[in-house]
Amino acid sequence: MIGIISYLTFFLTIAFILAIAVLGLNLQWGFTGLFNGGIVAFFGAGAYGIVLLGGPPRVDGLGGFALPYPVALIGAILLAGALALLVGLATTRLRHDYLAIATFGVAIALETVVRNAEYLTGGAKGLRGFERPFEAMIADPFYYNLFFLLIVFMCVCAVYWFLETLVRSPFGRLLRAVRENERAARSLGKSPPAIRLTSFVLGAMIMGLSGALYATFYAFISPQDLAPILTFQIWAMLIVGGSGNNQGAIIGALVVWGSWVGSGWLLTAVAPQDIQLYAGSIQYILIGSIIVLTLLARPKGLLPEKLSQMRYTMQHSPTPGRRHET
Amino acid sequence: MLQSLFDGILVGSILSLGAIGLTLIMHILRFANFSHAELIALGAYFALTLDAMVSGLSATLTTRLPHLSVSVSLILAMLLSLLLTGLLAALIDKLVFKRLRENAGPLTMVFASFGIGLIVRNVIGLIYGLKSTHYSNDIAFALMVSSDPLLLIKPDQLFILVLTIVVMLALHLLITRTSIGYALLAVSENPELAQVNGINLAAMIRLAWLLGGSLAAIAGVCYALNNQLSPVMGRDLVLSLFAAAIVGGIGSIYGAALGGLIVGLASSLALLYIPTGYKPAMPFVIILLALYVRPNGLLGEER
Repeated sequence: MIGIISYLTFFLTIAFILAIAVLGLNLQWGFTGLFNGGIVAFFGAGAYGIVLLGGPPRVDGLGGFALPYPVALIGAILLAGALALLVGLATTRLRHDYLAIATFGVAIALETVVRNAEYLTGGAKGLRGFERPFEAMIADPFYYNLFFLLIVFMCVCAVYWFLETLVRSPFGRLLRAVRENERAARSLGKSPPAIRLTSFVLGAMIMGLSGALYATFYAFISPQDLAPILTFQIWAMLIVGGSGNNQGAIIGALVVWGSWVGSGWLLTAVAPQDIQLYAGSIQYILIGSIIVLTLLARPKGLLPEKLSQMRYTMQHSPTPGRRHET
Repeated sequence: MLQSLFDGILVGSILSLGAIGLTLIMHILRFANFSHAELIALGAYFALTLDAMVSGLSATLTTRLPHLSVSVSLILAMLLSLLLTGLLAALIDKLVFKRLRENAGPLTMVFASFGIGLIVRNVIGLIYGLKSTHYSNDIAFALMVSSDPLLLIKPDQLFILVLTIVVMLALHLLITRTSIGYALLAVSENPELAQVNGINLAAMIRLAWLLGGSLAAIAGVCYALNNQLSPVMGRDLVLSLFAAAIVGGIGSIYGAALGGLIVGLASSLALLYIPTGYKPAMPFVIILLALYVRPNGLLGEER
């Protein structure tokens, strides 16, 4: 019984950490219509950021400033935001799919830096983290993990509350206005590029928070944790849950992470030895199929956006080759 | 230096072939197709299978061309593969992208293209195995063209260079001398105006996929000849292709050809100054530079 609870604790901790990143993507894609093709870069900036800022002093490289946890956390989030600013400034005034290409590129660039800049990131060996907050006070790992799950859950609630407040505020209406009809927003004197940039950077900072929590939980980070598949998983979570709906984003995270872990377990338990080698490929095909089939069969996801009837009658014209006002 | 220049031009010419299809689709259908690079991998692997099938027909087909590791059957296989890849590209459009653009926005197609890329790449891995492979196991010796500065060239590389030049010339003739080429150019410049003039847009979209897929297949065979076949070759190339399309200007066929050469040269020359491990980041740096300095690309139109 203890075994099941402790596994469930572990599962939920990771699922909720990823749910935070899904909420960040929901701000970018769901509410503003911004395509982020490199979620893993902002997640990674947060993860490496917190370990570099809060980690123990290093003898073999830069970093390990051993800053207090909250300071390191804020620093990690700001680092993710700065990375988003670099990409966003170049692309938010251009064609919408340029952001997709640039974010996809920044993820690859960050991966090469993480793998090669040993002085800063420890290279392939990765970086050791630090003692987790309050770990000394709660000695029993079982109870500590439950406590950590609680912290993560509170972070999910805080981000959820923040986003719900944000989208109901005048700024939230602006986001949707830019998404639905950029020309109309501009005619009212608003600046769509600035609004898009704000939303993109805020979303990336939420992804940075997710990465920082991930590195805190494992007290270790290495290039293996920043596999490109993470970006796809986060998308699948948002699309399945229903983009534009924050509750849907959290539910999507649980459902997709559950099927990811479940399929992995099933493949190791049932599949014959020679197929095991390809377990990764099979799981990737699963994620790809979830994305494509959900888009084709149930584009609104499990929980549709509450304003969905407006979105689907106004935005989309049936003719291909339609021009945007970029 | 000389060696880097040659390698850059060689890789660049392969990128050019891949980027032409990408830029056409990006312009006509208004979405960045992240699965385009997988057509390159598909083309290369189709040729591998077809090569085995064709060479089974007659032993004479397996004879190698003088000095090359390329056999007659591989050339036949490549021709069949470009047809097959082109048709498959059009089929994917019919099954997925066409439906999405009928009832959703262009960015939804970008989403789907990521999903398709992921599926195609891993299906290739499932079928052909995760290890990389070659068309021929013979060792191709490089010729020393000059010793100082050092320049080593494999005969296969000259074959690739000649092939890409021939293909580009053929493409140039197609779009400047035939009415179907004119129509394609018209659609790529202004889809609405082209339709007003009675050009069948749906047919031109199919043609763009066919053409893009075929060029990608040739690029795939060339890339595999120069390097090797591996299931992740599409993933390794995708960012360079976008860099080529953006540098050249989205929608410009000649721009994509020029952009491919620039990206190939820049990536190759940069290795003289930066460690090899950072090579995958080069296309991103080029994209970022292009977007900050000249977002419409060299030959792209202002928008």
